[in-house]
Amino acid sequence: MADAAGTPQGGHVVLVTGVSRDLGRRCARALAEHPSVRRVIGVDVVPPRGDIGDVSFVRADIRNPVIAKVIAKEDVDTVVHMSVIATPGSAGGRNTMKELNVIGTMQLLAACQKAPSVQNLIVKSTTTVYGASNRDPAMFTEDMQPRRAPRAGYAKDVAEIEGYVRGFARRRGDCRVLMLRCANVIGPHVDSPLTSYFRLPVIPTVLGYDARLQFLHEDDLVDVLGHALESDVAGTFNIAGEGIVMLSQALRRLQRPGIPLPGFAVGGVGSALRSARLADFSPEQQAFLTYGRGVDTTQMRDVLGFQPRFTTAEAFADFARDLTPTGGRTERVLGAVADRLPSTAALSRAAAAPPSSVPTTTGPVEAVETR
Amino acid sequence: MGDAEIIPIGTRGRPGRGAGKQPSSAARGLAPSKGGGARSAAKRQADSQRPAEDPVALHPDAPAEADATPHDAQPGGGGPQARPYRGPGAPGGRAAEQRPTPVADVLAEAERAAVTTRERHPLRGIPTGEWLAAFQHAAVELFGEQWEPKLAEFLAFLRRRVTGDYIVDEYGFDPEITERFLIAALRPIAQKWFRIEVRGVENIPTTGGALVVSNHSGTVPVDGLMTAVSVFDHTGRNLRALGADLVFKMPIVSTAARKGGATLACSEDAERMLRGGELVGVWPEGFKGIGKPYADRYKLQRFGRGGFVSAALRTGVPIIPLAVVGAEEIYPLVGNIPSLARLLGVPYIPITPLFPLLGPLGLVPLPSKWLLEFGEPIRTDEYEPGAADDPMLVFDVTDQVRETIQQTLYSLLMQRQSIFR
Repeated sequence: MADAAGTPQGGHVVLVTGVSRDLGRRCARALAEHPSVRRVIGVDVVPPRGDIGDVSFVRADIRNPVIAKVIAKEDVDTVVHMSVIATPGSAGGRNTMKELNVIGTMQLLAACQKAPSVQNLIVKSTTTVYGASNRDPAMFTEDMQPRRAPRAGYAKDVAEIEGYVRGFARRRGDCRVLMLRCANVIGPHVDSPLTSYFRLPVIPTVLGYDARLQFLHEDDLVDVLGHALESDVAGTFNIAGEGIVMLSQALRRLQRPGIPLPGFAVGGVGSALRSARLADFSPEQQAFLTYGRGVDTTQMRDVLGFQPRFTTAEAFADFARDLTPTGGRTERVLGAVADRLPSTAALSRAAAAPPSSVPTTTGPVEAVETR
Repeated sequence: MGDAEIIPIGTRGRPGRGAGKQPSSAARGLAPSKGGGARSAAKRQADSQRPAEDPVALHPDAPAEADATPHDAQPGGGGPQARPYRGPGAPGGRAAEQRPTPVADVLAEAERAAVTTRERHPLRGIPTGEWLAAFQHAAVELFGEQWEPKLAEFLAFLRRRVTGDYIVDEYGFDPEITERFLIAALRPIAQKWFRIEVRGVENIPTTGGALVVSNHSGTVPVDGLMTAVSVFDHTGRNLRALGADLVFKMPIVSTAARKGGATLACSEDAERMLRGGELVGVWPEGFKGIGKPYADRYKLQRFGRGGFVSAALRTGVPIIPLAVVGAEEIYPLVGNIPSLARLLGVPYIPITPLFPLLGPLGLVPLPSKWLLEFGEPIRTDEYEPGAADDPMLVFDVTDQVRETIQQTLYSLLMQRQSIFR
């Protein structure tokens, strides 16, 4: 398998961008431990905050041509581009964020194009490119376009980045280009706009809408990069856990109260939360939390051959494990009632699995995908 | 008067309410009694003989104050303590009142004067046993004889809901809430209000994908809901509706639609659902059909662009034509306010004979009699693989479906006695 993918003698030399942030650092570390990898070079403008293990860190800005020298000097054959950032907050403003995302990608791709040693390009993209609107199909497949082209923000950055990556794939036909559109990454260690939203003690929601959410566990993100490295598949793939969780269901599983706000008020609350640095509530995230989004992962399983370990529900349960419930009073009352009724305590256990027309669940983390 | 039985009312002849001399008998009845317990057995016997003035007093567990009602007015005869009736003119007041145990009585009277306005919870007198019995009775009423497992199941269901421990499919369909609440709430409307009569249920396949194509009418898409209820009640299958994007734009409606199994009417979703073996419902007339004026009732509008036929051809599922009679009359559309509709971004603002004239009351649909007839399935699996890309064939099949529904509508209208019967 490794030879078929053109593994150079002694293993891959991998360049990972965006290692200063937690997910990039963890992915770089995991890649460094991968058997077919000889060396991993992490690149970012600021040093990583945690332990990077065997990864050698090079402090370089992908926005300037220094990156080309790094690629040439280290004889890099695989570039993993992970530095697409979703939040202007961490970058220091929307302009910087856009520059890092778009100009950085352009420079990186230009450097890759000039370097004949680069044989694989893996770009971590996001399902945000599909947008979220009331005209969306239930499940996006890879060949679908967003119903409304994004006009601003992260979604527009990603759309532009994907455009540049496609251009690169055309110009460098010999290079394997793999674009992974990952669903919202979630997990106990992830710090993203969505996780900070779910970490709010009282969670604002959009009145009258219930978004369909899909998650990817952080461990699965690490795994899929390793899998992408050793496979020889090129193309674009949706990467997400199986199944769907509704936003209301997610809040109930978190045992956190939600306040439904009318749509026009959510924007104001969002900017208040942003200025209070509690959560980043961007317009595209608001659309996502209003209409939700689902992506089809058939290609991921059948063509890429990757199977996430966590379903959407399991990934969310793993994320929710460490959060202390701030609500759940109703559940406690019902539990008390059920315990108080002596005759029903045994029966409720029996009633959990009787053959009835209503499908009953046997565990909190079970998901069924109808197809 | 002799021994005629006189049933006194009011203050029983004594200065009572408003006289300022003595609390009214009702007020005294509320006051706690110290002397109630000291009454003799004979007195109790007399109490039990007369008709119950206070139902609580007959209960063995009732608190003592319930016995404190004055018995001055009871008819003669009975126990040794019985007294002759005092006429209305007899002097009232504290001294004139005769009590079985004078000392205790005076004490009680002194107590009562101080506590005439004590707050008492209305449910205080009801003992726990009664509560349990009432609860049990209510449970039997609600869940039937096997109420215990049913109640346990219901509690388990509630807990499952509040902990989010349920499964929705990728379209957001929540079968539990649909079957227990949406359909349960709509069923009486379907059966009692519209008296829906369903024909040709055997044409709906029990398994596998199928596309139900129906006419659309009624100003508000009630026909879709009623079709879903009827299909569920007759076949046990959930009709997965394809809705316009406006449905998913409106708050609350969009949530209910997704939970009820609807999804956006686009070829991707339609084909995905049909491949998944679902029973999909589509109303190809769309807003043209539902918002047509009353004068055009039962005249089928253009059937979209035939996208539903392409979806069925691509997936090879049968098309089941459905004719709905009765939905046209629920809200007879006689007018429209196009300017306001444009302003609000909706296809039309309906004016019916009752709305907005009667305000919210005008929202009650007229109780027309409904007939639903499912036609013979039209097979689509016999065409060549590329048939969906042949526009002429798609138009032909579309017309065939449309004609079938139109003819069925006419024949159903002939059979119908009147709009409401």
